[in-house]
Amino acid sequence: MSMRIELSSLNVYYGSFLAVEDINMVVEPNSITAFIGPSGCGKSTLIRTLNRMHEVIPGAYVKGTLTMNGEDIYSPSVDPVKVRRQVGMVFQRPNPFPTMTIKENVLSGYRLNNSKLSKSDAEAIAEKALKGANLWNEVKDRLDKPGSSLSGGQQQRLCIARAIAVEPDVILMDEPTSALDPISTAAIEDLAIELKEKFTVVIVTHNMQQASRISDMTAFFTIADTGLPGKLIEYDKTDIIFSNPKQKQTEDYVSGRFG
Amino acid sequence: MAAIGYSITFYLLSRLIEGKRKSTDRLVTILVTSAFGLAVVPLVSLAWTVIERGAARFDVEFFTFSMRNVVGAGGGAYHAIVGTLQITGLATLISVPIGIMTAIYLVEYARGPLARAVTFFVDVMTGIPSIVAGLFAYAAFVLVFGPGVRMGIGGAVALSVLMIPVVIRATEEMLKIVPNELREASYALGVPKWLTVTKVVLPTALAGIATGVMIAIARIIGETAPLLIIAGFTASTNFNPFDERMMTLPVFVYTSYSNQGADAQTYIDRAWTGALVLMLIVMLLNLFARLVSKFFSPKG
Repeated sequence: MSMRIELSSLNVYYGSFLAVEDINMVVEPNSITAFIGPSGCGKSTLIRTLNRMHEVIPGAYVKGTLTMNGEDIYSPSVDPVKVRRQVGMVFQRPNPFPTMTIKENVLSGYRLNNSKLSKSDAEAIAEKALKGANLWNEVKDRLDKPGSSLSGGQQQRLCIARAIAVEPDVILMDEPTSALDPISTAAIEDLAIELKEKFTVVIVTHNMQQASRISDMTAFFTIADTGLPGKLIEYDKTDIIFSNPKQKQTEDYVSGRFG
Repeated sequence: MAAIGYSITFYLLSRLIEGKRKSTDRLVTILVTSAFGLAVVPLVSLAWTVIERGAARFDVEFFTFSMRNVVGAGGGAYHAIVGTLQITGLATLISVPIGIMTAIYLVEYARGPLARAVTFFVDVMTGIPSIVAGLFAYAAFVLVFGPGVRMGIGGAVALSVLMIPVVIRATEEMLKIVPNELREASYALGVPKWLTVTKVVLPTALAGIATGVMIAIARIIGETAPLLIIAGFTASTNFNPFDERMMTLPVFVYTSYSNQGADAQTYIDRAWTGALVLMLIVMLLNLFARLVSKFFSPKG
Protein backbone atom coordinates (compact mmCIF):
# COMPACT_ATOMS: atom_id res chain seq x y z
CA MET A 1 0.00 0.00 0.00
CA SER A 2 1.31 3.38 -0.96
CA MET A 3 1.26 6.20 1.58
CA ARG A 4 0.52 9.88 1.66
CA ILE A 5 3.09 11.82 3.68
CA GLU A 6 2.30 15.18 5.22
CA LEU A 7 4.91 17.44 6.77
CA SER A 8 3.71 20.46 8.70
CA SER A 9 5.93 23.13 10.28
CA LEU A 10 8.74 20.58 10.49
CA ASN A 11 12.03 21.79 11.96
CA VAL A 12 15.04 19.50 11.98
CA TYR A 13 17.87 19.97 14.45
CA TYR A 14 21.39 18.65 15.03
CA GLY A 15 21.79 19.52 18.71
CA SER A 16 21.19 23.24 18.90
CA PHE A 17 21.79 23.74 15.19
CA LEU A 18 18.63 24.18 13.13
CA ALA A 19 19.40 22.37 9.85
CA VAL A 20 16.04 22.58 8.09
CA GLU A 21 13.38 25.15 8.92
CA ASP A 22 9.61 25.12 8.74
CA ILE A 23 8.82 22.58 6.03
CA ASN A 24 5.20 22.24 4.93
CA MET A 25 4.51 19.83 2.12
CA VAL A 26 2.45 16.84 1.07
CA VAL A 27 4.01 13.87 -0.71
CA GLU A 28 1.37 12.12 -2.80
CA PRO A 29 1.13 8.32 -2.94
CA ASN A 30 2.11 6.47 -6.11
CA SER A 31 4.27 9.30 -7.31
CA ILE A 32 7.93 10.17 -7.46
CA THR A 33 8.87 13.27 -5.54
CA ALA A 34 12.31 14.72 -6.17
CA PHE A 35 14.23 16.90 -3.71
CA ILE A 36 16.69 19.19 -5.48
CA GLY A 37 18.93 21.99 -4.28
CA PRO A 38 22.56 22.88 -3.68
CA SER A 39 24.79 20.83 -1.34
CA GLY A 40 24.18 21.46 2.33
CA CYS A 41 20.62 22.73 1.86
CA GLY A 42 19.21 19.95 4.04
CA LYS A 43 17.54 17.71 1.47
CA SER A 44 19.36 14.59 2.69
CA THR A 45 18.63 15.60 6.27
CA LEU A 46 14.96 15.99 5.44
CA ILE A 47 14.67 12.66 3.63
CA ARG A 48 16.22 10.95 6.65
CA THR A 49 13.50 12.35 8.88
CA LEU A 50 10.91 10.49 6.81
CA ASN A 51 12.00 7.13 8.23
CA ARG A 52 13.40 8.46 11.51
CA MET A 53 16.96 7.65 10.44
CA HIS A 54 17.81 11.23 11.33
CA GLU A 55 17.76 10.50 15.05
CA VAL A 56 20.43 7.77 14.71
CA ILE A 57 22.94 10.64 14.83
CA PRO A 58 23.56 11.60 18.48
CA GLY A 59 21.84 14.84 19.46
CA ALA A 60 19.62 15.01 16.38
CA TYR A 61 15.88 15.58 16.75
CA VAL A 62 12.79 16.91 15.01
CA LYS A 63 10.05 19.39 15.92
CA GLY A 64 6.71 19.65 14.15
CA THR A 65 4.52 16.90 12.79
CA LEU A 66 5.08 14.31 10.11
CA THR A 67 2.16 12.04 9.33
CA MET A 68 1.86 9.02 7.08
CA ASN A 69 -1.71 8.25 6.09
CA GLY A 70 -2.76 10.45 8.98
CA GLU A 71 -0.64 8.74 11.63
CA ASP A 72 2.00 10.86 13.34
CA ILE A 73 5.24 8.86 13.05
CA TYR A 74 6.94 11.04 15.66
CA SER A 75 4.35 10.51 18.38
CA PRO A 76 5.98 9.08 21.52
CA SER A 77 4.07 5.81 21.25
CA VAL A 78 5.56 5.03 17.84
CA ASP A 79 8.63 2.79 17.73
CA PRO A 80 11.15 4.16 15.19
CA VAL A 81 12.05 0.58 14.30
CA LYS A 82 8.47 -0.03 13.14
CA VAL A 83 8.54 3.15 11.04
CA ARG A 84 11.69 1.98 9.28
CA ARG A 85 10.01 -1.31 8.39
CA GLN A 86 7.34 0.67 6.53
CA VAL A 87 9.73 3.10 4.92
CA GLY A 88 12.60 1.54 2.97
CA MET A 89 15.74 3.45 2.15
CA VAL A 90 18.45 3.30 -0.51
CA PHE A 91 21.68 5.14 0.16
CA GLN A 92 24.10 7.14 -1.91
CA ARG A 93 26.76 4.46 -1.97
CA PRO A 94 25.71 0.84 -2.48
CA ASN A 95 26.08 -0.92 0.87
CA PRO A 96 25.31 -4.63 0.61
CA PHE A 97 26.25 -6.64 3.70
CA PRO A 98 29.73 -8.03 2.98
CA THR A 99 29.25 -11.19 5.03
CA MET A 100 26.13 -12.24 3.13
CA THR A 101 25.43 -13.80 -0.24
CA ILE A 102 23.23 -12.11 -2.86
CA LYS A 103 20.21 -14.05 -1.67
CA GLU A 104 20.91 -13.44 2.01
CA ASN A 105 21.24 -9.73 1.27
CA VAL A 106 17.80 -9.66 -0.35
CA LEU A 107 16.30 -11.53 2.59
CA SER A 108 18.28 -9.59 5.21
CA GLY A 109 15.24 -7.54 6.23
CA TYR A 110 13.65 -10.79 7.43
CA ARG A 111 16.74 -12.67 8.58
CA LEU A 112 18.18 -9.83 10.66
CA ASN A 113 14.86 -9.48 12.43
CA ASN A 114 14.81 -13.20 13.23
CA SER A 115 11.66 -13.75 11.17
CA LYS A 116 11.16 -17.38 10.30
CA LEU A 117 10.71 -18.00 6.59
CA SER A 118 10.02 -21.35 5.03
CA LYS A 119 12.46 -22.27 2.28
CA SER A 120 9.87 -21.89 -0.48
CA ASP A 121 8.70 -18.53 0.87
CA ALA A 122 12.29 -17.32 1.02
CA GLU A 123 12.87 -18.40 -2.59
CA ALA A 124 9.69 -16.68 -3.70
CA ILE A 125 10.40 -13.43 -1.86
CA ALA A 126 13.98 -13.29 -3.14
CA GLU A 127 12.88 -13.91 -6.73
CA LYS A 128 10.08 -11.35 -6.55
CA ALA A 129 12.30 -8.65 -5.03
CA LEU A 130 15.14 -9.28 -7.48
CA LYS A 131 12.71 -9.19 -10.38
CA GLY A 132 11.26 -6.00 -8.95
CA ALA A 133 14.75 -4.51 -8.91
CA ASN A 134 15.45 -5.69 -12.51
CA LEU A 135 18.33 -7.79 -11.25
CA TRP A 136 16.94 -11.31 -11.45
CA ASN A 137 18.24 -12.18 -14.93
CA GLU A 138 21.73 -11.03 -14.08
CA VAL A 139 22.11 -12.90 -10.79
CA LYS A 140 19.72 -15.88 -10.89
CA ASP A 141 22.60 -18.31 -11.49
CA ARG A 142 24.80 -17.00 -8.71
CA LEU A 143 22.51 -16.27 -5.79
CA ASP A 144 25.00 -17.85 -3.41
CA LYS A 145 27.91 -15.63 -4.42
CA PRO A 146 28.84 -12.74 -2.10
CA GLY A 147 26.86 -9.54 -2.67
CA SER A 148 30.07 -7.58 -2.98
CA SER A 149 31.04 -9.57 -6.09
CA LEU A 150 28.54 -7.54 -8.17
CA SER A 151 29.30 -4.33 -10.05
CA GLY A 152 28.44 -0.98 -8.45
CA GLY A 153 25.20 -0.58 -10.40
CA GLN A 154 24.16 -4.16 -9.65
CA GLN A 155 24.99 -3.65 -5.97
CA GLN A 156 22.74 -0.59 -5.89
CA ARG A 157 19.89 -2.57 -7.46
CA LEU A 158 20.60 -5.30 -4.90
CA CYS A 159 20.13 -2.68 -2.20
CA ILE A 160 16.84 -1.67 -3.81
CA ALA A 161 15.79 -5.35 -3.90
CA ARG A 162 16.68 -5.60 -0.23
CA ALA A 163 14.55 -2.55 0.53
CA ILE A 164 11.49 -3.71 -1.43
CA ALA A 165 11.71 -7.33 -0.22
CA VAL A 166 10.16 -6.38 3.12
CA GLU A 167 7.25 -4.74 1.24
CA PRO A 168 7.41 -1.23 2.64
CA ASP A 169 4.94 1.53 1.72
CA VAL A 170 7.48 4.21 0.95
CA ILE A 171 10.90 4.03 -0.71
CA LEU A 172 13.41 6.78 0.02
CA MET A 173 16.42 7.20 -2.26
CA ASP A 174 19.23 9.46 -1.18
CA GLU A 175 21.21 10.27 -4.36
CA PRO A 176 21.01 6.63 -5.46
CA THR A 177 22.86 7.14 -8.75
CA SER A 178 25.55 9.64 -7.83
CA ALA A 179 28.19 6.89 -7.59
CA LEU A 180 27.08 5.07 -10.76
CA ASP A 181 27.83 5.18 -14.47
CA PRO A 182 25.18 6.42 -16.99
CA ILE A 183 23.99 2.92 -17.96
CA SER A 184 23.46 1.82 -14.37
CA THR A 185 21.83 5.20 -13.71
CA ALA A 186 19.37 4.61 -16.54
CA ALA A 187 18.56 1.18 -15.09
CA ILE A 188 17.85 2.68 -11.66
CA GLU A 189 15.73 5.47 -13.16
CA ASP A 190 13.58 2.99 -15.10
CA LEU A 191 13.25 1.01 -11.91
CA ALA A 192 12.14 4.07 -9.94
CA ILE A 193 9.37 4.69 -12.46
CA GLU A 194 8.19 1.08 -12.09
CA LEU A 195 8.37 1.30 -8.31
CA LYS A 196 5.90 4.18 -8.08
CA GLU A 197 3.09 1.87 -9.17
CA LYS A 198 3.32 0.22 -5.78
CA PHE A 199 5.18 2.63 -3.53
CA THR A 200 5.51 6.28 -2.69
CA VAL A 201 8.97 7.18 -3.94
CA VAL A 202 11.02 10.12 -2.65
CA ILE A 203 14.37 10.75 -4.30
CA VAL A 204 17.14 13.21 -3.49
CA THR A 205 19.21 14.11 -6.53
CA HIS A 206 21.84 16.58 -7.65
CA ASN A 207 21.08 15.78 -11.23
CA MET A 208 18.34 18.08 -12.52
CA GLN A 209 17.89 16.12 -15.74
CA GLN A 210 17.23 13.12 -13.58
CA ALA A 211 14.62 14.98 -11.54
CA SER A 212 12.90 16.23 -14.69
CA ARG A 213 13.03 12.78 -16.34
CA ILE A 214 11.51 10.69 -13.59
CA SER A 215 9.69 12.76 -10.98
CA ASP A 216 6.08 13.88 -10.82
CA MET A 217 6.64 16.52 -8.17
CA THR A 218 9.78 18.49 -7.41
CA ALA A 219 10.75 20.34 -4.25
CA PHE A 220 13.50 22.94 -4.43
CA PHE A 221 15.48 23.67 -1.27
CA THR A 222 18.22 26.16 -0.62
CA ILE A 223 20.13 27.92 2.13
CA ALA A 224 20.72 31.65 2.33
CA ASP A 225 24.22 31.13 3.69
CA THR A 226 26.30 28.49 5.50
CA GLY A 227 25.21 28.14 9.12
CA LEU A 228 21.65 29.18 8.29
CA PRO A 229 18.88 26.60 8.07
CA GLY A 230 17.78 25.12 4.75
CA LYS A 231 14.35 26.13 3.49
CA LEU A 232 11.80 24.82 1.06
CA ILE A 233 11.58 27.49 -1.65
CA GLU A 234 9.16 25.96 -4.06
CA TYR A 235 7.22 22.72 -4.38
CA ASP A 236 5.14 21.98 -7.43
CA LYS A 237 4.60 19.68 -10.38
CA THR A 238 7.94 18.87 -11.98
CA ASP A 239 7.11 20.44 -15.37
CA ILE A 240 6.10 23.68 -13.69
CA ILE A 241 9.30 23.79 -11.60
CA PHE A 242 11.44 23.27 -14.67
CA SER A 243 9.52 25.37 -17.21
CA ASN A 244 7.64 28.02 -15.34
CA PRO A 245 8.69 28.35 -11.68
CA LYS A 246 7.07 31.04 -9.56
CA GLN A 247 10.18 31.87 -7.58
CA LYS A 248 13.17 33.68 -9.04
CA GLN A 249 15.60 31.49 -6.99
CA THR A 250 14.14 28.30 -8.42
CA GLU A 251 14.39 29.62 -11.94
CA ASP A 252 18.02 30.63 -11.40
CA TYR A 253 18.86 27.19 -9.99
CA VAL A 254 17.14 25.02 -12.59
CA SER A 255 18.47 27.11 -15.45
CA GLY A 256 21.99 26.74 -14.05
CA ARG A 257 22.56 30.37 -13.18
CA PHE A 258 23.32 29.61 -9.55
CA GLY A 259 24.16 26.74 -7.22
CA MET B 1 81.49 -2.81 9.91
CA ALA B 2 81.82 -4.39 6.52
CA ALA B 3 78.14 -3.75 5.87
CA ILE B 4 78.43 -0.08 6.82
CA GLY B 5 81.52 0.33 4.66
CA TYR B 6 79.76 -1.41 1.80
CA SER B 7 76.71 0.85 2.11
CA ILE B 8 78.75 4.03 2.12
CA THR B 9 80.92 2.98 -0.82
CA PHE B 10 77.89 1.81 -2.74
CA TYR B 11 76.07 5.08 -2.04
CA LEU B 12 79.02 7.22 -3.14
CA LEU B 13 79.66 5.15 -6.26
CA SER B 14 76.01 5.28 -7.18
CA ARG B 15 75.95 9.02 -6.56
CA LEU B 16 78.91 9.56 -8.87
CA ILE B 17 77.59 7.35 -11.63
CA GLU B 18 73.81 7.51 -11.45
CA GLY B 19 73.08 10.91 -9.90
CA LYS B 20 71.40 12.13 -6.71
CA ARG B 21 67.88 10.76 -7.08
CA LYS B 22 68.95 7.18 -7.83
CA SER B 23 71.62 7.16 -5.14
CA THR B 24 69.17 8.36 -2.47
CA ASP B 25 66.82 5.60 -3.52
CA ARG B 26 69.60 3.04 -3.17
CA LEU B 27 70.65 4.39 0.23
CA VAL B 28 67.13 4.16 1.63
CA THR B 29 66.69 0.66 0.18
CA ILE B 30 69.92 -0.44 1.89
CA LEU B 31 68.84 1.13 5.20
CA VAL B 32 65.40 -0.46 5.18
CA THR B 33 66.71 -3.87 4.18
CA SER B 34 69.42 -3.89 6.83
CA ALA B 35 66.93 -2.79 9.51
CA PHE B 36 64.82 -5.78 8.54
CA GLY B 37 67.86 -8.02 8.65
CA LEU B 38 68.78 -6.76 12.12
CA ALA B 39 65.27 -7.43 13.36
CA VAL B 40 65.28 -10.99 12.02
CA VAL B 41 68.69 -12.01 13.40
CA PRO B 42 67.65 -12.46 17.07
CA LEU B 43 64.41 -14.12 16.01
CA VAL B 44 66.11 -16.74 13.86
CA SER B 45 68.86 -17.24 16.40
CA LEU B 46 66.29 -17.75 19.19
CA ALA B 47 64.16 -20.17 17.19
CA TRP B 48 67.24 -22.10 16.12
CA THR B 49 68.69 -22.39 19.63
CA VAL B 50 65.40 -23.53 21.11
CA ILE B 51 64.84 -26.13 18.40
CA GLU B 52 68.43 -27.40 18.58
CA ARG B 53 68.56 -27.78 22.34
CA GLY B 54 64.92 -28.72 22.78
CA ALA B 55 65.16 -31.58 20.28
CA ALA B 56 67.14 -33.71 22.75
CA ARG B 57 64.10 -34.51 24.90
CA PHE B 58 61.39 -33.96 22.28
CA ASP B 59 60.15 -37.52 22.67
CA VAL B 60 57.03 -39.48 23.58
CA GLU B 61 57.99 -39.68 27.24
CA PHE B 62 58.10 -35.89 27.48
CA PHE B 63 54.46 -35.67 26.43
CA THR B 64 53.17 -38.62 28.45
CA PHE B 65 54.98 -38.49 31.79
CA SER B 66 54.86 -36.00 34.62
CA MET B 67 57.77 -35.33 36.97
CA ARG B 68 56.24 -37.38 39.78
CA ASN B 69 58.92 -39.52 41.46
CA VAL B 70 61.42 -38.58 38.78
CA VAL B 71 64.93 -37.78 39.90
CA GLY B 72 67.57 -37.47 37.23
CA ALA B 73 66.89 -38.61 33.67
CA GLY B 74 63.47 -39.29 32.12
CA GLY B 75 60.20 -37.70 33.17
CA GLY B 76 58.20 -35.20 31.14
CA ALA B 77 56.01 -32.13 31.09
CA TYR B 78 52.63 -33.82 30.71
CA HIS B 79 51.45 -32.18 33.95
CA ALA B 80 52.69 -28.77 32.81
CA ILE B 81 51.09 -29.04 29.35
CA VAL B 82 47.76 -30.02 30.93
CA GLY B 83 48.05 -27.12 33.36
CA THR B 84 48.99 -24.56 30.72
CA LEU B 85 46.15 -25.61 28.43
CA GLN B 86 43.60 -25.59 31.27
CA ILE B 87 44.67 -22.30 32.82
CA THR B 88 45.00 -20.53 29.46
CA GLY B 89 41.68 -21.97 28.33
CA LEU B 90 39.94 -20.78 31.48
CA ALA B 91 41.56 -17.35 31.18
CA THR B 92 40.27 -17.16 27.59
CA LEU B 93 36.79 -18.21 28.70
CA ILE B 94 36.77 -15.41 31.26
CA SER B 95 38.41 -12.72 29.13
CA VAL B 96 36.80 -13.10 25.71
CA PRO B 97 33.15 -12.45 26.71
CA ILE B 98 34.10 -9.60 29.04
CA GLY B 99 36.51 -8.11 26.52
CA ILE B 100 34.21 -8.31 23.51
CA MET B 101 31.21 -6.95 25.40
CA THR B 102 33.23 -4.06 26.80
CA ALA B 103 34.46 -3.24 23.30
CA ILE B 104 30.88 -3.35 21.97
CA TYR B 105 29.82 -1.02 24.77
CA LEU B 106 32.67 1.38 24.01
CA VAL B 107 32.14 1.49 20.24
CA GLU B 108 28.38 1.14 19.86
CA TYR B 109 26.82 2.57 23.01
CA ALA B 110 29.13 4.63 25.20
CA ARG B 111 29.00 8.41 25.12
CA GLY B 112 30.66 11.08 27.23
CA PRO B 113 32.78 10.90 30.38
CA LEU B 114 32.03 7.28 31.33
CA ALA B 115 33.30 6.05 27.96
CA ARG B 116 36.44 8.12 28.30
CA ALA B 117 36.99 6.79 31.81
CA VAL B 118 36.62 3.16 30.67
CA THR B 119 39.01 3.73 27.75
CA PHE B 120 41.50 5.34 30.12
CA PHE B 121 41.40 2.44 32.58
CA VAL B 122 41.72 -0.08 29.77
CA ASP B 123 44.89 1.71 28.71
CA VAL B 124 46.15 1.64 32.29
CA MET B 125 45.34 -2.08 32.57
CA THR B 126 47.36 -2.80 29.42
CA GLY B 127 50.42 -1.59 31.28
CA ILE B 128 49.94 -3.59 34.51
CA PRO B 129 53.09 -5.62 35.26
CA SER B 130 52.25 -9.32 35.24
CA ILE B 131 53.57 -9.83 38.78
CA VAL B 132 51.02 -7.29 40.02
CA ALA B 133 48.25 -9.24 38.30
CA GLY B 134 49.50 -12.37 40.07
CA LEU B 135 49.56 -10.65 43.44
CA PHE B 136 46.07 -9.27 42.81
CA ALA B 137 44.68 -12.73 42.09
CA TYR B 138 46.53 -14.18 45.08
CA ALA B 139 45.22 -11.47 47.40
CA ALA B 140 41.68 -11.98 46.13
CA PHE B 141 41.84 -15.75 46.68
CA VAL B 142 43.42 -15.37 50.11
CA LEU B 143 40.43 -13.28 51.16
CA VAL B 144 38.15 -16.22 50.37
CA PHE B 145 40.26 -19.33 51.02
CA GLY B 146 42.81 -18.12 53.56
CA PRO B 147 46.59 -17.70 53.28
CA GLY B 148 48.74 -20.08 51.28
CA VAL B 149 46.04 -20.84 48.74
CA ARG B 150 47.18 -22.38 45.42
CA MET B 151 44.71 -23.00 42.62
CA GLY B 152 44.75 -23.24 38.86
CA ILE B 153 41.70 -21.02 38.58
CA GLY B 154 43.62 -18.32 40.45
CA GLY B 155 46.19 -18.41 37.67
CA ALA B 156 43.40 -18.07 35.13
CA VAL B 157 42.06 -15.00 36.97
CA ALA B 158 45.52 -13.43 37.06
CA LEU B 159 46.01 -14.08 33.35
CA SER B 160 42.54 -12.66 32.62
CA VAL B 161 43.57 -9.39 34.22
CA LEU B 162 46.36 -9.26 31.66
CA MET B 163 44.30 -10.55 28.77
CA ILE B 164 41.08 -8.52 29.04
CA PRO B 165 42.61 -5.15 28.04
CA VAL B 166 44.32 -6.75 25.03
CA VAL B 167 41.03 -8.29 23.88
CA ILE B 168 39.18 -5.00 24.41
CA ARG B 169 41.71 -3.01 22.41
CA ALA B 170 41.82 -5.48 19.51
CA THR B 171 38.03 -5.82 19.32
CA GLU B 172 37.52 -2.07 19.61
CA GLU B 173 39.79 -1.41 16.65
CA MET B 174 37.99 -4.05 14.58
CA LEU B 175 34.52 -2.72 15.42
CA LYS B 176 35.60 0.80 14.57
CA ILE B 177 36.56 -0.14 11.02
CA VAL B 178 33.15 -1.69 10.28
CA PRO B 179 31.70 0.94 7.91
CA ASN B 180 28.90 2.99 9.39
CA GLU B 181 26.95 2.50 6.14
CA LEU B 182 26.35 -1.11 7.13
CA ARG B 183 24.81 -0.06 10.44
CA GLU B 184 22.63 2.48 8.64
CA ALA B 185 21.60 -0.09 6.03
CA SER B 186 20.51 -2.37 8.83
CA TYR B 187 18.64 0.35 10.76
CA ALA B 188 16.90 1.39 7.55
CA LEU B 189 15.54 -2.15 7.23
CA GLY B 190 13.86 -1.75 10.60
CA VAL B 191 16.40 -3.85 12.48
CA PRO B 192 16.79 -2.88 16.16
CA LYS B 193 20.20 -1.79 17.39
CA TRP B 194 21.06 -4.92 19.36
CA LEU B 195 20.30 -7.15 16.37
CA THR B 196 22.32 -4.84 14.15
CA VAL B 197 25.27 -5.23 16.49
CA THR B 198 24.99 -9.01 16.85
CA LYS B 199 24.07 -9.90 13.27
CA VAL B 200 25.74 -7.25 11.12
CA VAL B 201 28.60 -5.58 12.99
CA LEU B 202 30.03 -8.61 14.84
CA PRO B 203 30.02 -11.01 11.85
CA THR B 204 31.69 -8.35 9.70
CA ALA B 205 34.43 -7.87 12.31
CA LEU B 206 34.66 -11.54 13.35
CA ALA B 207 37.86 -12.41 11.48
CA GLY B 208 39.72 -9.50 13.02
CA ILE B 209 38.36 -10.23 16.49
CA ALA B 210 39.44 -13.88 16.24
CA THR B 211 42.95 -12.80 15.29
CA GLY B 212 42.98 -10.33 18.20
CA VAL B 213 41.93 -13.04 20.65
CA MET B 214 44.67 -15.36 19.40
CA ILE B 215 47.26 -12.61 19.83
CA ALA B 216 45.98 -12.05 23.36
CA ILE B 217 46.30 -15.78 24.13
CA ALA B 218 49.82 -15.82 22.74
CA ARG B 219 50.58 -12.84 24.96
CA ILE B 220 49.53 -14.61 28.20
CA ILE B 221 50.44 -18.24 27.55
CA GLY B 222 54.09 -17.56 28.31
CA GLU B 223 53.49 -15.65 31.56
CA THR B 224 55.53 -17.05 34.45
CA ALA B 225 55.50 -14.69 37.39
CA PRO B 226 51.75 -14.62 38.25
CA LEU B 227 51.49 -18.40 37.88
CA LEU B 228 54.46 -18.93 40.14
CA ILE B 229 52.57 -17.07 42.86
CA ILE B 230 49.06 -18.38 42.55
CA ALA B 231 49.16 -21.67 40.60
CA GLY B 232 52.36 -22.79 42.25
CA PHE B 233 54.69 -25.65 41.51
CA THR B 234 54.07 -29.37 41.51
CA ALA B 235 55.60 -32.50 40.04
CA SER B 236 52.28 -34.32 39.60
CA THR B 237 49.44 -34.04 37.17
CA ASN B 238 46.40 -32.15 38.45
CA PHE B 239 43.27 -32.03 36.32
CA ASN B 240 41.22 -29.97 38.75
CA PRO B 241 41.87 -26.23 38.45
CA PHE B 242 39.73 -25.58 41.55
CA ASP B 243 41.87 -27.59 43.92
CA GLU B 244 45.56 -27.55 44.80
CA ARG B 245 48.66 -26.63 42.85
CA MET B 246 48.83 -26.78 39.10
CA MET B 247 51.98 -26.89 36.99
CA THR B 248 52.34 -24.81 33.83
CA LEU B 249 54.91 -24.84 31.06
CA PRO B 250 56.58 -21.49 31.82
CA VAL B 251 56.90 -22.46 35.50
CA PHE B 252 58.18 -25.88 34.41
CA VAL B 253 60.88 -24.26 32.32
CA TYR B 254 61.77 -21.86 35.09
CA THR B 255 62.00 -24.45 37.89
CA SER B 256 63.80 -27.02 35.72
CA TYR B 257 66.46 -24.45 35.08
CA SER B 258 66.66 -22.81 38.50
CA ASN B 259 66.49 -25.98 40.64
CA GLN B 260 68.74 -28.37 38.80
CA GLY B 261 69.20 -31.76 40.41
CA ALA B 262 72.29 -33.92 40.71
CA ASP B 263 72.24 -34.74 37.00
CA ALA B 264 72.04 -31.11 35.88
CA GLN B 265 72.04 -31.75 32.14
CA THR B 266 68.75 -33.71 32.19
CA TYR B 267 67.03 -30.77 33.93
CA ILE B 268 68.43 -28.30 31.42
CA ASP B 269 67.35 -30.51 28.52
CA ARG B 270 63.83 -30.67 29.92
CA ALA B 271 63.76 -26.87 30.27
CA TRP B 272 64.70 -26.39 26.61
CA THR B 273 62.11 -28.89 25.43
CA GLY B 274 59.50 -27.14 27.60
CA ALA B 275 60.35 -23.86 25.89
CA LEU B 276 60.13 -25.56 22.49
CA VAL B 277 56.68 -26.98 23.28
CA LEU B 278 55.49 -23.56 24.43
CA MET B 279 56.68 -22.02 21.17
CA LEU B 280 54.98 -24.74 19.16
CA ILE B 281 51.67 -24.16 20.98
CA VAL B 282 51.86 -20.44 20.19
CA MET B 283 52.69 -21.22 16.57
CA LEU B 284 49.74 -23.61 16.28
CA LEU B 285 47.45 -20.97 17.76
CA ASN B 286 48.68 -18.47 15.19
CA LEU B 287 48.07 -20.93 12.37
CA PHE B 288 44.59 -21.56 13.75
CA ALA B 289 43.96 -17.79 13.85
CA ARG B 290 45.00 -17.53 10.20
CA LEU B 291 42.54 -20.25 9.27
CA VAL B 292 39.76 -18.60 11.28
CA SER B 293 40.29 -15.23 9.65
CA LYS B 294 40.44 -16.90 6.25
CA PHE B 295 37.12 -18.64 6.72
CA PHE B 296 35.24 -15.81 8.39
CA SER B 297 36.50 -12.71 6.63
CA PRO B 298 33.97 -11.02 4.29
CA LYS B 299 34.33 -12.48 0.82
CA GLY B 300 34.56 -10.80 -2.54
